[in-house]
Amino acid sequence: MLEVRDIHSYYGKSHILHGVSLDLKEGELVCLLGRNGVGKSTTLKSIMGVVKPQQGSIRFRDQELTGKDPYEIARLGVGYVPEDRRIFRSLTVHENLLMGIKSGEKESVGEGGWTVERVYQLFPRLEERKNNKGSHLSGGEQQMLTVVRTLMGNPRVILIDEPTEGLAPLIVKDVLDMLVTVRKSGVTILMVEQNFKAAIKVADRFYIMSKGQIVFAGNTAALLAAEEVRKNYLEV
Amino acid sequence: MNEIPVFFLHGLAYAGLLFLVSAGLTLVFGMMNVLNFAHAAMYMLGAYFSYSIMMHFTGQFWLSLMVCPAILFIIGALIERFLLRRVHKFGHVQELLLTFGLAYIITELVKWYWGNYPLAVNIGGFLGSTIQIIGITYPVYRIFIFLCAIFVGTVMALILYKTRLGIILRAAVNDSEMTNTLGVNVPLVFMGVFAFGAALSGFAGVIAGPLLSTFPGMAQEILLDAFVVIVVGGFGSLGGAVVASLLIGQLQSFGVLLFPKLSIALVYLLMAVVLIIKPSGLFGEEQ
Repeated sequence: MLEVRDIHSYYGKSHILHGVSLDLKEGELVCLLGRNGVGKSTTLKSIMGVVKPQQGSIRFRDQELTGKDPYEIARLGVGYVPEDRRIFRSLTVHENLLMGIKSGEKESVGEGGWTVERVYQLFPRLEERKNNKGSHLSGGEQQMLTVVRTLMGNPRVILIDEPTEGLAPLIVKDVLDMLVTVRKSGVTILMVEQNFKAAIKVADRFYIMSKGQIVFAGNTAALLAAEEVRKNYLEV
Repeated sequence: MNEIPVFFLHGLAYAGLLFLVSAGLTLVFGMMNVLNFAHAAMYMLGAYFSYSIMMHFTGQFWLSLMVCPAILFIIGALIERFLLRRVHKFGHVQELLLTFGLAYIITELVKWYWGNYPLAVNIGGFLGSTIQIIGITYPVYRIFIFLCAIFVGTVMALILYKTRLGIILRAAVNDSEMTNTLGVNVPLVFMGVFAFGAALSGFAGVIAGPLLSTFPGMAQEILLDAFVVIVVGGFGSLGGAVVASLLIGQLQSFGVLLFPKLSIALVYLLMAVVLIIKPSGLFGEEQ
C-alpha cells in the first residue's frame, strides 16, 4: 500500500537520505531500526511531507505523495506520531483527541472507525484525565494520547517515531500492547525504534538503516539469523 | 481630587486600544513565530482610510468601522499569501525583515498620499459628547473604546474556547507542524489569522483616529507598547494580552500623572521585571 522508491532528503545542505526504498503491505507492522542519526526519523518525515524529498517517489494507494503538504497527506489516510510526544500542551486531553478528527470528514476513511467513545472505552486512563491539560500527563499517558489522537483521524497507515523512547519498562509494555491493539483494528504500522528487543516482540518485518540507506530487510527469523548485521548496525 | 478616577478611565481607554492592537499581534506571533513589524502600520492605514471615508461621507464613523477592517483583512491576506509565505522557507530573520520593510513602505506611502502632518478626525453625535460617571464628567468616546475592546475580546475568547476552530487555533499556537500532520490546512489557517490580525489592527486604527491624532508616527508610537504587551502577557496568549494591556494602560496613565519624566521608562521597567521573574511572560507557556 505504501511504496517508497529511492528518496533523497536534505536538511538545509546536509544530505540525510541517500536513496531509501521500502514497502508496506496492508495490515503489516514493519519496524525501521538503526542507530541514532542514520535517517530513520527523516524517512518518516519525508513520507509525511514534513521534510520534502528532493528526489524519488512515494506512492500510497496509487497516489503520489511527494510534493504534497502534510495536511493533504494526512487527509489521504496517513497518520503520523512524531517522536517527543508532541501533544498540545495547553489543550485538554479531550481537545487533543478532537484535534485528531479531520475537518470536513464525516465518515471514516480507514477500517478503524475510531471515535472518542471507543478510545475512552479501550483506554480508560485517558477518560479519567479527559479534562486535564496535556502538559499534566505522565510520559506514558502522553505517548498513548499521541497515538490515539492520530487514530482519531482513522488513518489507513500510521507512522510512529520511537514510541517507547524514555519510558519505564512497564509502560513500554503498555505502549506495545496498544500498538498490537491498533494493528488488530486493521491499521498498517510503520514504526521507528532503537529498542530492538521491544520491536522484535511486535513487528512482522524489519528494515535496518545506516548512513541514510537501507542495509537490511527481512522478517523476524532472518533478523535473528543475521548476527553480523545486528552487531554492525544495532548493538552499540 | 477628581484626578484619580479620570486617569483610571484614561488608562482603561488606552488599555482597550492597546488590546485591540496586541490581540492580533500576539496570535500571529504565537502561531507563525513572526513578529509582525507591519502590524502597527496596518493600524495606521486603518486610521487613514477611516479619515478619508469620513471626509467623503461626512461623519460616517460606523461605516468606516465596518469598511476599514474589511479592507485591511484583504490586505493582510494578500501580504501573507504572496509575500510572507514565500519568505517563510528562508527563516525568521527574513520574515522579520520583510515585515520591517513593509512597515517602512506603508509609512512612506501614507506620507506621500495623506501628507506628513497630523489630521484631525472629529466625531459628532452621542459618541462625541460627555457623560456623568462616578462623579465626574467624562467623554463617551473613551468609554466606547473600552467597550469595543471588551466586545472584541469576548468574541475572540468565545471562538478560541468554545468552537472547533478555536481548538485548531490553540493547537496551532502550541505546535503548528503537528497540527498540519493531523490534516488541518495550516497554510490557510495562517492566512486567516494574519488577515484577521490585520483587520483587528485596522479596527483599532479607526477607533484611534478620533482619540489620538492621525499622523505618520502613530504606528511607531503604539508598536512599542504593543510589543511590551505581548512580551509581558506571554507570546500567543489572549488572556495575557488582556491583563498586560490593562496593566500598561494604567501604568502609562498614572505614570504621566505621578512621574511625568519617567512614564515611558515605567513600561519598560515592568517588562524587565516580568522577564526576570517569568521569562515566558505572565501567561506564556514555558517552552
